[in-house]
Amino acid sequence: MTDTPLLKVKDISKFYGSRIGCRDVSFELWPGEVLAIVGESGSGKTTLLNCISTRLLPTTGSVEYHMRDETYRDLFRMNEAERRFLMRTDWGFVHQNPADGLRMTVSAGANVGERLMAIGNRHYGNIRNTAIDWLERVEIDADRIDDQPRAFSGGMRQRLQIARNLVTGPRLVFMDEPTGGLDVSVQARLLDLVRGLVNDLGLSAIIVTHDLAVARLLSHRMMVMKDGYVIEHGLTDRVLDDPREPYTQLLVSSILQV
Amino acid sequence: MTELATYNFAYLDEQTKRMIRRAILKAIAIPGYQVPFASREMPMPYGWGTGGVQLTAAIIGPQDVLKVIDQGADDTTNAVSIRAFFQKVANVAVTTRTEEATIIQTRHRIPETKLNANQVLVYQVPTPEPLRYLEPRETETRKMHALEEYGLMHVKLYEDIARNGRIATTYAYPVKVAGRYVMDPSPTPKFDNPKMHLSDALQLFGAGREKRIYAVPPYTEVVSLDFEDHPFEVQRFDKPCTLCGAEQVYLDEVILDDKGGRMFVCSDTDFCEDRRAHGHVGPMLAPNGPAADGLPGSKEAAE
Amino acid sequence: MATPLVVSEVFKSFTMHLRDGLRLPVVADVSFSVASGECVVLGGPSGIGKSSLLKMIYGNYAVDNGQILVAHKGKIVDLATADPRTVLEVRRQTMGYVSQFLRTVPRVAAIDVVAEPLLARGVNAADAREKAAGLLAQLNLPQELWQLPPATFSGGEQQRVNIARGFITDHAILLLDEPTASLDARNRAVVVDLIEQKKRAGVALLGIFHDEEVREAVGSRILDVSQFSPRKAAA
Repeated sequence: MTDTPLLKVKDISKFYGSRIGCRDVSFELWPGEVLAIVGESGSGKTTLLNCISTRLLPTTGSVEYHMRDETYRDLFRMNEAERRFLMRTDWGFVHQNPADGLRMTVSAGANVGERLMAIGNRHYGNIRNTAIDWLERVEIDADRIDDQPRAFSGGMRQRLQIARNLVTGPRLVFMDEPTGGLDVSVQARLLDLVRGLVNDLGLSAIIVTHDLAVARLLSHRMMVMKDGYVIEHGLTDRVLDDPREPYTQLLVSSILQV
Repeated sequence: MTELATYNFAYLDEQTKRMIRRAILKAIAIPGYQVPFASREMPMPYGWGTGGVQLTAAIIGPQDVLKVIDQGADDTTNAVSIRAFFQKVANVAVTTRTEEATIIQTRHRIPETKLNANQVLVYQVPTPEPLRYLEPRETETRKMHALEEYGLMHVKLYEDIARNGRIATTYAYPVKVAGRYVMDPSPTPKFDNPKMHLSDALQLFGAGREKRIYAVPPYTEVVSLDFEDHPFEVQRFDKPCTLCGAEQVYLDEVILDDKGGRMFVCSDTDFCEDRRAHGHVGPMLAPNGPAADGLPGSKEAAE
Repeated sequence: MATPLVVSEVFKSFTMHLRDGLRLPVVADVSFSVASGECVVLGGPSGIGKSSLLKMIYGNYAVDNGQILVAHKGKIVDLATADPRTVLEVRRQTMGYVSQFLRTVPRVAAIDVVAEPLLARGVNAADAREKAAGLLAQLNLPQELWQLPPATFSGGEQQRVNIARGFITDHAILLLDEPTASLDARNRAVVVDLIEQKKRAGVALLGIFHDEEVREAVGSRILDVSQFSPRKAAA
């Protein structure tokens, strides 16, 4: 177990005028750890995710990332070129709506290969083989490599988005409601896939979800958010089986039993 | 014929010329970078070469000799009109001979004759942004150029190969200039791309409607984008020019009759005439050929 | 380590906010230890907090006060205050848990469920599956079920998958919550054998067994949890 956290989030707050997006959030994330941020609509979880992943500028606070060269960099002091490069190589971002994270008018193979081309890969055959390999890993038929995502189902698009993000071997993946909008059986398949990949690749992940079952299945740690604050956090099974805060108890008891 | 109006030399006012020259200097200083400029209303509509005309107007002087070609030919309507325009507003000497020109304004072709250090090639450009059809947002493409993020360009070439088995782009083939900026060479055939590389002449590109100027200074590296296992290749013609017999030049197809008869002739009309003047003949004009005289372009027709 | 698990002065109560903050004390002033090679049986009437105690020791429930000291990688770790990473590491390396019910993950085959704890410790897939197969065979789980996800198994079948998963590693501490509840006599005997094996290997076991026969067969001593009942402490 390594002693250096991969990500250090300190006192992140985001205000919209006097409205609180999120407030005073601090935590550390280690390599191989999956953190779930759970809460209902308006809890601030997506705002927090966007602040941490530098898609939004927070009002206060800092986010430090342990780069591959072993130094810590304050992400908001990086210049845009470095940040964009980081987002393309060492990080992944899986959007809730796969169309936001894919190029819909370009083939599946090109979608997966784009990041490779962006970092300088210039061998068509290798790029294509890597794309085929990844399509198979996310359980998309290799013979769909030249089809556009417009012709894919929602679950397939989501799996394609995951492949597109993982092809450069990122160490940290952000996911915003990755199973939102998918049918239950499709969700199960996707979750199993994500679980497997996270394990196999030793990824760290921060997953925003309102679905506690997703949190239980995928995450080691969990943060519960309400009205912009983190009201409870800890080991996932502890928070779900022995919730201490009133809101957490309410959330856990609200799950419908099938 | 009385002139009702007199024009400032080369039509544009001096302040405009200054503004364009400044843009040109910037463009030369940053090869391949699209410099925005305040494109003026010209007496021809957008899409008819206003970018090229403004560049030429900004740099032309009384001692210059101007050649204008359109798809390689000096005698198409557009080439003739623009040439006439500059004769009228600048009273400069004009020519169809590539070697005699100091400024060559071109639409969509580079002359076959090698250019020298005393010449400037002015290109007419419709869409200056090579990434435009992949990424419609100007805000994004500017960032991509600024941050040298050109993965998307290779995505397009990848798609070509995936769909067609090879890179199917045959004109406006994207190039990397001086190892930094990716540039659209204007809709010249990819056949002409190698001519841009380490040219002795200055190459200027003007897009009037899009209001951009860019440049390739002399002796600059211009490399066509490709993949290691699908390297850049120029078009090959398996026949020589029917009129002058030239090989390894870009040919146009001319339909002769409605029985499917056709011939392939040099796209660069001046080059072809020059060769024929020096006695080269192609299969059609050869002593035993189907029509040794009376053809367009032959010495008789030229008189 | 002679006494890998020490529980010291542990207190726990539940506060049910949805019932107007009703406070339910669970256990008070729990102190005991489990030595290597012994199987301590938690005794006492139903509802006294035996299962909760096991979950507290595993880190699944939080404690209000006290310490849960575990010998982990040559050091002593207090699970009551440890951070999530440490708790997960202790679970991975040192402490196993066979729960009463198998929580099934969709799409994962029974044999892979069983092999997973070994894979998490870096054992290669082929060896892990082989060992898993051995255990499942020992527990008489029909081979045709091994490649199927356990969601559709019967209670007894699921329990056997659970047991195999708990026993497959060489954890120094093993917590067992009613491991034989849904099993027939034949398989109960298998479990007794497995527990004896662990004892011989020096594992410290702490378990809840409703079945008297099994309790008699494996228990080194009985720890009556009623002595930690908060009602008793209050009195």
